[in-house]
Amino acid sequence: MDRKVALGVCFIFGLVMFAQYFSQHPAARSINQAILEYWQIIFAFTLLVGVVSVFKNNVVQIRRGQDRSYRLITLAGLVAMPFLALIWGIKADMPFMWVFENIQAPMQSTVFALLAFFVASASFRGFRARSVPAAILLLSALIILLSRSAVGTFIFPQMTEVADWIRHYPSMSARRAILIGIGLGSLTTSMRVILGIERTWLGGGK
Amino acid sequence: MWELEARFVLSMLWHYVAVTASQASPWFDADKLPTLIAALISIIIVLYTTYHRSSREKFKMREIAGLKAVEEAIGRATEMARPVLYTPGWGGDIQRPTTIASMNFLSHVAGKTAAYDCTLVYPTHDPVLMAVAQEVARESYARAGYPDRFRSENISYVTSSQFGYAAAVDGIISRLKPASIFLLGTFEAESLILAETGNSVGAIQIAGTDSTIQLSFFIVACDYTLIGEELFAASGYLSGDRSILTSVRAQDILKVLIGLLLVIAVIWSTIDALSGNAGSGWWSF
Repeated sequence: MDRKVALGVCFIFGLVMFAQYFSQHPAARSINQAILEYWQIIFAFTLLVGVVSVFKNNVVQIRRGQDRSYRLITLAGLVAMPFLALIWGIKADMPFMWVFENIQAPMQSTVFALLAFFVASASFRGFRARSVPAAILLLSALIILLSRSAVGTFIFPQMTEVADWIRHYPSMSARRAILIGIGLGSLTTSMRVILGIERTWLGGGK
Repeated sequence: MWELEARFVLSMLWHYVAVTASQASPWFDADKLPTLIAALISIIIVLYTTYHRSSREKFKMREIAGLKAVEEAIGRATEMARPVLYTPGWGGDIQRPTTIASMNFLSHVAGKTAAYDCTLVYPTHDPVLMAVAQEVARESYARAGYPDRFRSENISYVTSSQFGYAAAVDGIISRLKPASIFLLGTFEAESLILAETGNSVGAIQIAGTDSTIQLSFFIVACDYTLIGEELFAASGYLSGDRSILTSVRAQDILKVLIGLLLVIAVIWSTIDALSGNAGSGWWSF
C-alpha cells in the first residue's frame, strides 16, 4: 500500500511538473515555485537524517577503535560548528565565520588544489601515443595547450584558430553525440519513473 | 521550386498550429509547441516499446567492455580480501535520472558482493541517496540469499560539501585500499581527485557519468568508462531486466529519428544557403 501511494504521488507530480513546463500562466509559475520551495524544506529535514547517520557511524567506529583520531575530529567539528553558530551567530567577525574562513575554506581549497597535480599525472598516462586514435588525442591536446600559451602563437601564428577549430568541430560533434545519448537515456529513465515502471528509487526491488 | 513550395506549406501549417494552440488556451506557451510534440513522440515510442506484444522477443545488446568487467572486478576484490567501493558522485540527487541508473547498477553490484561475501562500501553526499542505497543494497543481499551479510553502516552519508566529500572518499580509499572502485553517477570537479586516488591504490576502476567534461577525466584515469547512454543501459545489460531493455530499444528508435531530422535539417540548410535565402530554422527547438 505504501508503495502504491508513493507511486501515485510520483505520477501526479511528474505530470504536473511536465504540464507546467509548457505554460507561462502565473498560476503554473506559482505551482512550480511552490513545489520547488517544498523540495527545499524536505531537503532540510533530510539533512537531519544525515547528521544522525554521521554521528552514529562515528561513535560506533570510535568504540571499535577504528581510525579513532579522524573520527574524533569529525565529531568535534559536527558539534562545534552548530554550537558556535547558536551562541554567537553567523555574522562576520564571529567565531563561526572565523572557523569557516580560516579552517574549513582553506581545507576545501587544499583538496581542490590537488586537482592540478592529478590532471598532470592523468595526462601523463592518458596522452601516450600507443595507437592512431591516442596519437590524434595527443596531437590535439598539444595544440590546445600550446594555443593557450604565449609560446604557441610564437611558434605558429594561427595556433589559436587551429585550436578553436578543433574545439568547435571535431570535439563538439563528438560531445553532442554523447549528449544526445545521455539525453535520451535520461528521458526514458524519467518516463519509467513517472509511469511507475522504474521503482528502484523506492528502495528495494520491483 | 519544390523546396519553396514545401517551405511555404510547412511554415503556413506551423503558423496555423501555433496560433490555434495559443488561442485555444492562454495556459499554453506556443513557443514550446515543438518541444511538446517531440516529448509526445518520445512518450508514445517508450510506451509502445514497453507494452507492445512484439517487444517480447529477445533483445541483443552489443558487448560493453566496462560491464563485462564488473564480475571480474568483484571477483578480484573477493580474492584479495579487500572491499568494493561504490560512490555516486557529488553532483547528483535522487531526482536525477543518472542517479536512478546508478541505483540500478548498485543493485546488481550489491547482489554480487553479497554472493561473494565481499564488503561493499558506499559513501555519499546526500542523506536521501544514503537511505535509498541502503534499501536497494538490503534488498539485493536478501535476494542473493545472504541478508545477514548486509551492513547498513557501510552505506553512509559523509558530508554535503563538495571537497569535504572528495576528501572523505579519498581518505576511505587510502585507508581501506579497495580492490575495485565503481564511480557511477553525476560527478563534478571531484571526479579526477577520486579516480586518481583509486588509481594510486591499484584498484580496478569502472566509471560512468552524464557529464561530458568529467567523462574525459574518467577515460584517462579509469580502467573502463561507460560513455553516454551506456550508463543507462548498464543495469539492463547486467540484469536482463525487460523494462530497462525495452527503454534501450526506445532510445535506439529515437536516435534514428534524431539522425533523420539532422540529415533533413542539414540538406534544408544547405539548399537555403545555396539559394541565397535566409535560413527558415524550422528545425531549431
